[in-house]
Amino acid sequence: MADATQGSHGLSPATETLLRHYRSQVMTRRVYSLIAVAGVLIALFLAMNYANAANSGKFFERLPFMFDFIKNFLPRDPFEIFRAMFDLESPYFDGSAKYNYTASRVYLTDTFYIPHLIYQLIVTVNIAIVSTIIGGSLAFALCFFAATNLVGAGAVRWFMRRTMEVLRAFPEIVIAGMLTAILSIGPIAAIVAISLHTVGALGKLFFEVVENADMKPDEGLKSVGASWLERVRFAIVPQVMPNFVSYGLLRMEINVRASTIIGAVGGGGIGEVFRLSIGRDYAAQTYAIIIMLLVTIIVIDQFSGWLRRRLVGNQGFNYAKGSV
Amino acid sequence: MSAISAAERNRLEQKFPEVFKTSFLKRHGLIIGLAATALYLVFCWFFFNVGPALSNGKWDRASIYVQDWYSWRAQPRLRFGEDGLVSAQWSSRGQYPANAEIDWLTPHADGSMTAVFDGEANRLDITTAQVDVWVDGTAYPVTITEDGAFAPDNVPDSIVQDRNKVWVHYGFEGQAEIRGNQVAVQRRFFGWANFLYDPRSPLWGNDLFSTIGLAFSPDQVVEGKPNVQLIWEQWLGNQAWQHGDILTKLFQTLVMAFVGTLLATLFAFPLAFFAARNIVQNRPANWFMKRFFDFIRSVDMLIWALFFTRGFGPGPIPGIAAIFLTDTGALGKVYAEALENVDDKQREGMKSVGASPVSVNRYGVVPQVLPVFVSQSLYFWESNTRSATVIGAVGAGGIGLKLLETMGTNSDWDKVAYMVLLILFVVFLFDNISTAIRQRLIGPAAH
Repeated sequence: MADATQGSHGLSPATETLLRHYRSQVMTRRVYSLIAVAGVLIALFLAMNYANAANSGKFFERLPFMFDFIKNFLPRDPFEIFRAMFDLESPYFDGSAKYNYTASRVYLTDTFYIPHLIYQLIVTVNIAIVSTIIGGSLAFALCFFAATNLVGAGAVRWFMRRTMEVLRAFPEIVIAGMLTAILSIGPIAAIVAISLHTVGALGKLFFEVVENADMKPDEGLKSVGASWLERVRFAIVPQVMPNFVSYGLLRMEINVRASTIIGAVGGGGIGEVFRLSIGRDYAAQTYAIIIMLLVTIIVIDQFSGWLRRRLVGNQGFNYAKGSV
Repeated sequence: MSAISAAERNRLEQKFPEVFKTSFLKRHGLIIGLAATALYLVFCWFFFNVGPALSNGKWDRASIYVQDWYSWRAQPRLRFGEDGLVSAQWSSRGQYPANAEIDWLTPHADGSMTAVFDGEANRLDITTAQVDVWVDGTAYPVTITEDGAFAPDNVPDSIVQDRNKVWVHYGFEGQAEIRGNQVAVQRRFFGWANFLYDPRSPLWGNDLFSTIGLAFSPDQVVEGKPNVQLIWEQWLGNQAWQHGDILTKLFQTLVMAFVGTLLATLFAFPLAFFAARNIVQNRPANWFMKRFFDFIRSVDMLIWALFFTRGFGPGPIPGIAAIFLTDTGALGKVYAEALENVDDKQREGMKSVGASPVSVNRYGVVPQVLPVFVSQSLYFWESNTRSATVIGAVGAGGIGLKLLETMGTNSDWDKVAYMVLLILFVVFLFDNISTAIRQRLIGPAAH
């Protein structure tokens, strides 16, 4: 910008003063922004250094290994991936478990079988659906008690909200690990862990929707002497239901991802198979799982996105990850 | 109330057909939906084998595990010596230093020992020939022979003869297993044992208040070392609780979330401009960018984490890489949507005065979207603080892996509780920080 020397713009002295003040304010703002950006970048640099030092392999030392791993971690031919996916016999079968795809078929009748990986995928998706149903129902039952416009007692609201916060922040692996210790490895641990998390996450979104509901129907019902339950049922629920279902579907998308991860730490399902197969260098199986998970997640995302757009329009798409 | 006439009813039905003649789905949809859900849940009950799994569960262990969260057990084995001497033998996890005076376990001059459970009325008087079990003020002599320990007849329910050994249950306070050669005592106390210092520390036995006293006291516990430094070192180096290790791992998890989200923000920011239809008017480029975001977003975080763990070895780097990749996709998508919703007037204004394309975006677009971008990134940072824990557990390191290892021992549930409290504290802290910043950026209504 050009230098602002006294009177060079041909401005009156008062305007000149204004311009000077404006420029000094812009300058201050820039200096502050610069300091903030520099601070964040320095923090980033230090944190990356720390992460590098804490890792068991250093980034630049391990980078060639990473590329080697990607290069070498390939199935013997592309069709191996599909044989692994559908439990077909492999031409490379040499007695080892690596190429023995047929052993783990899940037979429904004598001849009809579900391929092992697809069965595990079904388990994982079902864990997500069941957890969303259980968690969503509990959140539905609890959210009305946390809403300012429905419950006058501050203590009840406070208790409900803190409970939801704790459920949301409680590490899922601890619940899963605790139940695994009691029930041994299996999907129940994953279902309970994800359901409890869902109660917290959905409960918060639900009660915020309830608080934004139009209270005129409620007043109408109140004026004819309806009880609290009747008011909630006929004044609030019809208004909030589309948003509830939309958030529930969004949660289901997130829960599919969560159930693969919880599966990997002891919940069973495709996550555990994936962890084992990448650990044992079963390239074909690993790529088969990656493709299957990718397709599943895209299909579920698209389907629930389509359904949510029909239910509530575009408003449900802000903060897509906000409820995690 | 008076009933309406048939004619009136007909008139109402004619006038409001949409109220009286709704579709089948609308009338019975709720019932059908609920029934289908119930059927599905019943199917899943059998699909996941819930019944057998629940009945095979080790429920007796469950109460012990839960109690371990907030209490601890002292487990000495009181061995019967040849010469009538009862001596306590502690495992390597013993919570007392050698030769410590324990107020509930008193050795006597004649070689016998008394273990007090719940006041003097509930205690064990142990000699090598006979153990007097006191339950609610009554003594029941359990005789010790070569073949085992044998309780008298007419004992209360809390004393159980199990083949050649005797179990004594004192509820929460603990239990004892009396055998022919030893009494295995399990004494439970409320709280966390040795949370500040382990038994090997010169500071063992100090509680919080005496520690604060020590910190300000001029007398040095160890010559040549300031007390504050000693306290800090001894606390961090606590062998039983591993404070130093746990805090380091927690910090690693936070670093994972911070670096992963920040890098994702820095990469998604320029890429989102290429994905936005109104900024870069090149349909193939928009389409390609959006599908690229969709792709890296849809590959599960678990897959990225395990993939990079194979490449870089366990530690924060695979965690950072996993968060970075999934969030570049997710943030890119959100950013692009925000860019497509900007107000066009400001860009037109910049264009009309002949600004270059870079200036048009810098002054016409960025000021509008920057608060939204920063607020979204903060939201992701907050949620990644939580997911970094789980990512860590599958091999990326940090507090998640530590949690999983600790749970694997099945006996350190108090340490699990400690880590859970730390995680809850950190998550709440970050929630509040990011909510506060977001409220300043975009106002309280918009989050």
